[in-house]
Amino acid sequence: MPFLNRSLPRTLRRMNRNNEGWFFRLIRLDLPLLLGLLMVSGLGLTVLYSAGQQNMELVWGQGMRLGLGFAIMLTLAQLPPRYFRLWSPWIYLVGLLLLLAVMVVGDISKGAQRWLDLGIVRFQPSEIMKLAVPMMMGWFFAEKPLPPRWLHLLGGVLIMAIPFILIAEQPDLGTALVVGSAGAFALFLAGLSWMIMFGLGLLLGAGVPLFWTFVMHDYQRQRVLTFLNPETDPLGTGYHIIQSKIAIGSGGIYGKGWLNGTQSHLDFLPEGSTDFIFAAFLEEFGLVGGCLLLILYFFIIARALYMASRAPDTYTRLLAGSLTLIFFLYAFVNTGMVSGLLPVVGLPLPLFSYGGTSLVTIMAGFGILMSIYSHRRTLTR
Amino acid sequence: MFVKLASPEPLTREKDNTAESELFFRRALVMVLAVFLGLLAVASRLVYLQVLSHERFTTLSDGNRIRVQPLPPTRGFIYDRNGVLLAENLASYHLEITGEQVQDLDATLEELHQRIDLTDADIERFRKMAGRTPDYIGVPLRFRLTDEEIARLAIDLYRFPGVEIKADLTRRYPLGPLGVHAVGYVGRIDESEMRRIDPGQYSGSTHIGKVGVERSYEDLLRGRTGWQQVETNAEGRPLRILNRTPPIPGQHLYLTIDIRLQAVAEKVLEGYNGAIVALDPRNGEILALASQPVYDPNPFVNGIDFASYRTLNTSKDKPLLNRALRGMYPPGSTIKPLMALTGLEYGVVNRHSGVFCRGSYQLPGSSHKFRDWKRSGHGSVSMDRAIAQSCDVYFYDLALKLGIDRTHQFLDQFSLGRPTGVDLPGEKGGVLPSQAWKRQSYNQSWFAGDTLSAGIGQGYLLTTPLQLAHSTAAIAQRGVHFQPRILHASEDPGARVKTLAAPRPLPLVKVRDPQFWETIIAGMVHVIEGGTAHKIGIGAKYRIAGKTGTAQVFTLGQSQRYDAKRLAKHLLDHALFVAFAPVEDPRIAVAVIAENGGGGSSTAAPMARKVMDAWLLNKYDALPEPLPAPDAAPHESE
Repeated sequence: MPFLNRSLPRTLRRMNRNNEGWFFRLIRLDLPLLLGLLMVSGLGLTVLYSAGQQNMELVWGQGMRLGLGFAIMLTLAQLPPRYFRLWSPWIYLVGLLLLLAVMVVGDISKGAQRWLDLGIVRFQPSEIMKLAVPMMMGWFFAEKPLPPRWLHLLGGVLIMAIPFILIAEQPDLGTALVVGSAGAFALFLAGLSWMIMFGLGLLLGAGVPLFWTFVMHDYQRQRVLTFLNPETDPLGTGYHIIQSKIAIGSGGIYGKGWLNGTQSHLDFLPEGSTDFIFAAFLEEFGLVGGCLLLILYFFIIARALYMASRAPDTYTRLLAGSLTLIFFLYAFVNTGMVSGLLPVVGLPLPLFSYGGTSLVTIMAGFGILMSIYSHRRTLTR
Repeated sequence: MFVKLASPEPLTREKDNTAESELFFRRALVMVLAVFLGLLAVASRLVYLQVLSHERFTTLSDGNRIRVQPLPPTRGFIYDRNGVLLAENLASYHLEITGEQVQDLDATLEELHQRIDLTDADIERFRKMAGRTPDYIGVPLRFRLTDEEIARLAIDLYRFPGVEIKADLTRRYPLGPLGVHAVGYVGRIDESEMRRIDPGQYSGSTHIGKVGVERSYEDLLRGRTGWQQVETNAEGRPLRILNRTPPIPGQHLYLTIDIRLQAVAEKVLEGYNGAIVALDPRNGEILALASQPVYDPNPFVNGIDFASYRTLNTSKDKPLLNRALRGMYPPGSTIKPLMALTGLEYGVVNRHSGVFCRGSYQLPGSSHKFRDWKRSGHGSVSMDRAIAQSCDVYFYDLALKLGIDRTHQFLDQFSLGRPTGVDLPGEKGGVLPSQAWKRQSYNQSWFAGDTLSAGIGQGYLLTTPLQLAHSTAAIAQRGVHFQPRILHASEDPGARVKTLAAPRPLPLVKVRDPQFWETIIAGMVHVIEGGTAHKIGIGAKYRIAGKTGTAQVFTLGQSQRYDAKRLAKHLLDHALFVAFAPVEDPRIAVAVIAENGGGGSSTAAPMARKVMDAWLLNKYDALPEPLPAPDAAPHESE
């Protein structure tokens, strides 16, 4: 790669400046963040072994996927951020076109139209949008004075609203939520005035009943109702929440111990190795394990936000910041849903849940973050 | 407001990276705080669940063997208006597999296959359903196990965890094909229905109403699914029931159909493809809804085999087609009383004005001859005679004076050209043409010739037998009419309390002078008394008002003559007849269509007479014997 050659002298200089951690600077990774990610992933594999009925194949499969994720992170970390900036509008545009293509020719799986079949691979274009929306937001505000003016604000809202509506129509509420939030995070970080946020909050309060009646599908409404009172639907979605709460609650402070969770092992906990793996984890590792994991997540997010605030310009700051907050959204929504704080929205627990294309997206996000942080000096003039 | 807010700021505000960096840092700090609070909320939730409620959940987890089972409701029965059973449930047994308890599915299927017959279709359907059902819910593999199969399986069923023989109820139609087009049938839930239904309500259910009343009243017949929490031992075997919400059984339905009249209608139509619909004009109740040919609904319940289905589906006679609701026919001359009424209403004719019929009609400036069915002509005809003798020339003239759009506007009130709204699924609306309609459908303008054809019920005009019966009922009641309906009453199976369905009145058809009704009804009476259908009036113990109709299947050339003897049967005219009786106090309105039946007066009218005789004079044949219970037949013969 040409840019590697060009930056070789600088690389050597960086190595000389401080002997400690030279290797990680060479491969452009941030050691604390990397350690945090590795610890969560390792813990995830351990839990998966137990939650997946000690099926080594499952663990291997997840291990491979994590390996792929870290490889993508490492690769993206090498690219200077100016490339991301250059590509941002194109990636966003292609993503939009693919979303439209899904509407026309997409495969219907379980009643929702999300997949695009390219012959060899089937993939969800909405996944691209999780990266493309933050990139496009950064690109859009890069040269505009911040805090944003009204007209620019409108542009930002459009950038986020178009993919949000397209994805929500599929219908895929979970992904739409992530994509919409990514845009909202970027706006917040761009310095959206508190007055406007307060006003929007009020508007939202008034808009919720309208959204409820006109936009939401029956099954989504049912989810919210079930969430408010799971016992009303013990056969459907309520079953998940009831069983999940039993698993968590019976874990107690110290947990039942690794491989000793009865709820998950006797198959009472549905989706115990995917969306509800947090419950399987809490059953075996208890409150202590749960708090440890939450602290790890907090550490990763705080570190990543620190890295974002050290970024040299508007584009990289906004991009790094909103990518981090997407990660937080995953962690928060999943743990909240599994513990019964939030409605059941199908978001996986990042680095923990088995499978999921979202793992790749999340690791790609961290790759971009690493790139921004490690290239910060080359950008400042 | 927008300008006001934007204007104080200088338009060329410079970007200040240091300030923006600080702004970002402040915002990031806020987010760190938000993240901390969010995760703290989750942590406190964990404290609540794992410390404060620990004991409660431990109890639940220890007793752990609590499973939720759906309790599907019993489907309601269907009776005719007099309580004759049309659809019931019989106990039967099926084989069910619960995915999460099976170690090796392929091996299990293989072993089961050695004991009982499993077709590829069974296995494929099972796999499809299993893919869509949560693992902890059982999925049926084979329906209708025979006693012998049950015995063979029961010996070593313990070796297959997750495989169970379950008792269930199978829908059965004791009268077989009789009334099938009204009652319909249930069948296994298919993929498209899977997407439509509420999975919670249908968990544990395998069947759903497919056509007929079974479909339109699915919700009433079905009831509500209940559920129970069952305590099981470690292998998942039930030990006791902890908590139970019983299912609410479906309602029994009483139809407006009199199955004896239905039998008469189906019998008189036998040998023809066609339909007979009989309504009570006083409330819109459907007394008989016959469509020939018929078919036996029972094989559909648990999946008809492919060969039989193909035979039914590809047969020229289309037995699966419900002609009463979905057959669209040119009404032919049966439309004439309504055309006459339209003419009176708009004042283009009165009951005395006459036309001289020479046997054909020509548009001014055109050499094309529109023929009358009577080549020698009817001579001088007034409205009364035009209806009684079915003079085409009179109605060519009338239609031309009216124009198609006025005709459309008036006849629309009789639910022509749109569904009547009957409580049966799949009803077609037919076509009531207008200039706008033709432009929209064919992108062509309307010609005077089209108007003439419509005037005698040919051309673009298409109606269903139900629409014909419905409009005849409206004439019988002088414009008072009701939406046709087939539900007479529903009954709670527990309390045995009947709830009668209410008539659903439609807006009154208003005419300038109520005498107009009497004029056209008099014409319809003269159809029977000395008119085209005089033969069926012979020996009638009540007075009938009716109208014959003959609908062309193909168009004759200008110089050709219609010769029934020389035409293939599928090119013969459709025979139609509409009637109501008794004239003084109408209690029944009938529409008959016999496809390729030849003439309305010779073929269709006698059928209507028999149906009216049965209803008004109680002349019924004995009902067919209910079918024997299916398990009486040896299974090997299938």
